[in-house]
Amino acid sequence: MSEPSSAVPAPPQQSVSVRVQGLRKSYGGTPVLKGIDFEVQRGEIFVIMGPSGSGKSVLLKHIIGLEAPDEGDIFIEGESVRAEGVMSKYRMALVFQSGALLNSLNVIENVGLYLSEHRLKKPDEITRIATEKLEFLGLKNVADRNPGELSGGMKKRVAIARALVIEPQLILYDEPTSELDPLSAVVIGEEILNLQKRTHVTSLVVTHDRDLAFGIADRIAVMHEGEILALGTVEEIRRHKHPVIHRFLNADFRPNHQQQHS
Amino acid sequence: MFENIGEMIVLLWRTLRALPQVFRQRQKVFDQLFEIGNASLLMACVLALFIGGVIALQTGPVLAERGLSSAIGGLVGLSICKELAPVMMAVLIAGRIGSAMAAEIGSMQVYQEIDALRTMNINPIYYLVLPRIVAITISLPILVLFAILVGWFGGGLVAVLNEKIAITFQSFFTNLRLVVELGDVLNGLFKSTVFAVVIGTVCCHQGLVTIGGPRGIGRSVTKAVVNSIVLVLILDYFLTRFLLYLEK
Repeated sequence: MSEPSSAVPAPPQQSVSVRVQGLRKSYGGTPVLKGIDFEVQRGEIFVIMGPSGSGKSVLLKHIIGLEAPDEGDIFIEGESVRAEGVMSKYRMALVFQSGALLNSLNVIENVGLYLSEHRLKKPDEITRIATEKLEFLGLKNVADRNPGELSGGMKKRVAIARALVIEPQLILYDEPTSELDPLSAVVIGEEILNLQKRTHVTSLVVTHDRDLAFGIADRIAVMHEGEILALGTVEEIRRHKHPVIHRFLNADFRPNHQQQHS
Repeated sequence: MFENIGEMIVLLWRTLRALPQVFRQRQKVFDQLFEIGNASLLMACVLALFIGGVIALQTGPVLAERGLSSAIGGLVGLSICKELAPVMMAVLIAGRIGSAMAAEIGSMQVYQEIDALRTMNINPIYYLVLPRIVAITISLPILVLFAILVGWFGGGLVAVLNEKIAITFQSFFTNLRLVVELGDVLNGLFKSTVFAVVIGTVCCHQGLVTIGGPRGIGRSVTKAVVNSIVLVLILDYFLTRFLLYLEK
């Protein structure tokens, strides 16, 4: 006989853990991922930082299932993503670098697309939910606009709203602040933090923006040429002695500028 | 082109397997039908009018010289409905609609919109390919039917107005009705249905395999149109052989 408590449905789990193990991928004989290992805890904001071309976006595509690895595996809550039904069992969303909004749909249709295509809610309910998500991201008056009419920052926020509709347990951000001015970048960073606080979603952010990484991360992995060079807390990464990391974190247009002033 | 035929067959097979979902995608099918009709009906009628006219112009005087001017109705009627209307409309649709399909799907591929669909567990075959192939398969035979009627009218007009032919409308259509049977029209409609599936599959496939930026999209559009037309013309020969065999 089951215990009384088991009859009460458990609240939906708001976050999942991710483990990447020995991930390797080559394109046309050129290795892009050279054995990636790391683990992201439930509800953590984990940032993968590194210069352009280091394989960060390819790694994200593997985690969301858009690419298949040559070797290695990815585990969500300890289950291999290769096992049947695992990818559809967990709610995951990817916020693309470009936003990747469908140009044939207006903003509110884009945001409600997941619900409408899967027929999860009635049209009125979809409109209500999509409007709510847009308002949450400070996008009240853009519902009827086409994606082409939006600024870069707005597109990214609409893409986040579209991801939120899925009520994701894992949200992946691909260069969320690229092409944005510093103020818009701060707004996006705040949205990522707010979202994590409100929903406890596990967030995996890929970026080459040092300010964003240090501003939002619980832990940071630094990636370079398909390998993870270092993994640790913000302070640990700041103090890291690896020359590539040191160069990346201290890159400056006028490297002697500070010394001259001090 | 031929190295991709296997992939195209797989795409078509997946689309056919998705057919039971077509009712759920009916709005997209209607949107596509409207787009195809809107973009092509007038052009199809103009094209058919002149094709009918030129057939009458080329053959009419030769027949008239031999005292066979009354046979022109049958000749124009048969050649339009069995061959020229299905093939010319397929070429027109490949150019106007196939290119648009390849460009739209190609740009969605390049700008990661299709990846975005996949991350939302939305199958691009259900969402993009199925409505387009269904819509083109419905609309091309309808366009061909219009083209047949307008083509016959164009042929009749030239037969009446050209002084070397100079027969009446009544004589033109009496001979046409004597020679052309319902089966001949159905023959043309069957061909156009097959052509529509080929054009839809080739152009959607080409869109889905687009790589690169705007240049890649341009390359895809060109390949989609050229491959569609080449395949239509090759298939036309074999379909004609097959249908002639059935007529025996």
